[in-house]
Amino acid sequence: MTDVATPRVSETAAVLIEAEAITTEAKSWSRQTWERLLHHKLAVVAAFILVFLTISFWVVPALSPYSFDQVGAGVPRQAPSAKHWFGTDQIGRDLMTRVFTGGQFSIRIAALVAITTTVIGAVIGAISGFFGGWIDATLSWVTNMVLVIPALVILLVLALRFGSGPWAIAFIIAALSWPRISRIVRGLFLSYKEQDFVHAARAAGARPGRIMFRHILPNTFGPIMVETTLNVGAAIIIESTLSFLSLGVQPPVPTLGNLMNEAKGAIDSRAYELLFPGGIVTMISLCVNFLGDGLRDALDPTSRRTR
Amino acid sequence: MALLEVENLKVVFPTDEGEVEAVNEISFTLDYGEVLAVVGESGSGKSVSAMAIMRLLPKTARVTGRVEFDGKSLLELPMKHMRRIMGNDIAMIFQDPMTALNPVFKVGEQIAEIIENHRDVSKRQAGTRAVELLELVGIPEPSRRAQQYPHEFSGGMRQRAMIAMAIANDPKLLIADEPTTALDVTIQAQVMEAIKTAQEATGAAMMLITHDLGLVAGVAQRVQVMYGGRVFESAPIDSIFYDNRNPYTRGLLNALPRLDARTHAKLYTIPGSPPDLLRLPPGCAFSPRCEFVTDECRRSIPDFAEVEPGHVTRCHNWESLPELARAGV
Repeated sequence: MTDVATPRVSETAAVLIEAEAITTEAKSWSRQTWERLLHHKLAVVAAFILVFLTISFWVVPALSPYSFDQVGAGVPRQAPSAKHWFGTDQIGRDLMTRVFTGGQFSIRIAALVAITTTVIGAVIGAISGFFGGWIDATLSWVTNMVLVIPALVILLVLALRFGSGPWAIAFIIAALSWPRISRIVRGLFLSYKEQDFVHAARAAGARPGRIMFRHILPNTFGPIMVETTLNVGAAIIIESTLSFLSLGVQPPVPTLGNLMNEAKGAIDSRAYELLFPGGIVTMISLCVNFLGDGLRDALDPTSRRTR
Repeated sequence: MALLEVENLKVVFPTDEGEVEAVNEISFTLDYGEVLAVVGESGSGKSVSAMAIMRLLPKTARVTGRVEFDGKSLLELPMKHMRRIMGNDIAMIFQDPMTALNPVFKVGEQIAEIIENHRDVSKRQAGTRAVELLELVGIPEPSRRAQQYPHEFSGGMRQRAMIAMAIANDPKLLIADEPTTALDVTIQAQVMEAIKTAQEATGAAMMLITHDLGLVAGVAQRVQVMYGGRVFESAPIDSIFYDNRNPYTRGLLNALPRLDARTHAKLYTIPGSPPDLLRLPPGCAFSPRCEFVTDECRRSIPDFAEVEPGHVTRCHNWESLPELARAGV
């Protein structure tokens, strides 16, 4: 009997010792956020659609038998058919190839806008919030000025002045959209710089630059990510608006806005010409917003509204 | 020569309602390896004086006086040189461990960062040292714990991690600002023990700021009692407990719960509340709350009187205090 009991006792002891040790699986903050994001169904679906669309913007034109600027690829003004899934435009270019190539340009512009906006906004907001005083006063004044001037008018003027290449348009949009992110980052820095861990870093001899970028900035990644995501959607809409008003990227480069502009004359007879690019713009901005919402909820579990 | 010499340190904060003299001409010295407890209520200037020594006060604060640390005049050093001392020769343990660690970095990384900042070591060496330090301060499974984030640590564990960070570069001076105040009573003694171990392991001198006289009994060699921005009594620990010559020190001691007190005895509290630094009384700052107050106390601020070598007090009635106390109680 005893020879059976002995191992069992030590087994129990082993289990007990195990229980005394760290019982919960170590989960990093980013891992937890990721898991919460995965629970947000809408955000996951939106992310999938976004990835799928983005890939298709490159794959579809590559597989298409026509190039986006090939005049007379088919009979002009054709309705969607097996040969031309989205139909053709008034000079016989294949619309499907054009829409997806347009998406490619729109996404590239939007990505560039998002990155530039985030970098400018984060740096200005960080400096402003961290140093305070006259630096903050000056930078905040500039930020508010950019925020209150009627964006569309300035966009139009700048677009007329600085040209209409895709990159010029991207930088013009970025030059006007950084204040939002700058204000968010400034607010975060204002509150973080009074936190004990920042005082502790200072007491440990860290230089101001190090405190800003190594100690505080990583704490603000969450809100910055949310804002950047939402900026992608906004940039696509702004670019489309500009192009729709013929002030954005100039033909023959197709963007989603350009295509809508070209289609606007035929709205009564060939509405599909407008629906395809318009539908894609709508889908992208919807998905980006859902993803942004999901990110926000995942990053801040206390503010969750859905499930 | 002493490690730290503070002379006539004065800190003034300009406010809308006037100038607040948070620290008023305090002087003290700290020898190598010595532990000094700075005791007082909120607003007595104990934390502010430590922050002034560390040059951590906001720019609006006016700091005057002289602080000699290890042959260097800290208040005059350019900030660039001061940063080389901070976290290296002088390290600080903060009050609230729940907020003093950066939530987005692993605990081990945070300790290693301080070492890399001041020492010419590889990331790997710093990481190894971080684990050793965690072990020294009594954290079980240190190598695994080093890979965890602050939110996975309990309050006591975090304070241990803070201690590990403070001693990471073998400082000559440790400043512990109410290191156990934010912790559960049950683990205060354990953490205090960890601080003691860390201090002894590094041989650092320590300035232990607290309002709990009971906590310092086994740790400090000398006690400096502060009130209203001034030093009220400074003496070796035994003199503070058995032969103190200041009514405020007495009040603090009487306010400690005692195991040998009568079962239904109410815990003593010092009447009144800490002074408003904007409206200090003309005489002794403690006079409105003192049970032995005289007209002289209300009129003039007492100077330091030497009770015996190494024991000074700021009280007009220090000589008669023992008799007064016997008669009164």
